[in-house]
Amino acid sequence: MSLKSTDSLTPGASGGLPPTQKAGKRFSMPKRPAGTVYRGREGMWSWVLHRITGVAIYFFLLVHILDTALVRVSPEGYNAVMSTYKNPIMGLGELALVAAIGFHALNGLRIILIDFWSVGTRNQRLMFWIVIALWAVLMLGFAPRHLMHIFGG
Amino acid sequence: MTATLDAPRSKPAPRRTNWEKWGWIYMRASGVVLVVLIFGHLFVNLYAGEGVKAIDFGFVAGKWASPFWQWYDAALLWLALIHGSNGMRTIVNDYSTGPRLNTWLKRAIFVSTVLLILLGTLVIFTFDPCPTGTAADLLPSFCAAR
Repeated sequence: MSLKSTDSLTPGASGGLPPTQKAGKRFSMPKRPAGTVYRGREGMWSWVLHRITGVAIYFFLLVHILDTALVRVSPEGYNAVMSTYKNPIMGLGELALVAAIGFHALNGLRIILIDFWSVGTRNQRLMFWIVIALWAVLMLGFAPRHLMHIFGG
Repeated sequence: MTATLDAPRSKPAPRRTNWEKWGWIYMRASGVVLVVLIFGHLFVNLYAGEGVKAIDFGFVAGKWASPFWQWYDAALLWLALIHGSNGMRTIVNDYSTGPRLNTWLKRAIFVSTVLLILLGTLVIFTFDPCPTGTAADLLPSFCAAR
């Protein structure tokens, strides 16, 4: 059975107090409900959002490869399917897709900085809020223009 | 009492490739490239010009008449689908605890990935922007000159 992504790789790390409490309670640890190792706060929620957006983007990608493959079948068939992407409900779906991609991309860069930047882990919480801020700027730039394309204007 | 020593200068047992490590590296390396490629893809297809309203056969044909966009989209296809499949594999390992279901889910991910990469690559590189027997108003404007 393969390792889970949340499994600890250091033997014996589960024994005793977690390192953050050994270090003299510098961080406020949230109370842990029974039966979960999730620790809340920015670290957990960025991980949850990364997972959910990743799965959503993956299933769109499968559909997107198949709909694009229709250009090889017939121009009329491709145009018919693409016209469904242009109705208002799908337009809102595209907005959600771009929002998911924007978060996954920016948070992915945050993960890389946590892994490779010497002070990345120490600044992960600040970097999460920078990700949210950059994402908001990106969406403020994209959403009005896309909504104008969809609803005319 | 005798101590046994390994023969001197014997080669250590060959180490097996750490695929989990290479998967970890791939997610980060492909991720950086994908940020650039996908933001470019979204800008050209959804932001510039008329946005999603402009996308039809003529739009795709206009792009894929150029090898630049063919290779751009092929790189997107390979990098994004393998990145996504490896992510789904991680999720299957996390939540699917039965060994049989775990194996079959990962096989399904692998097979669908191979099939879609083959399909997509074939579509991009065997594409004809001016297919015969199609009404001229559906085709890109340069087809009339051929």
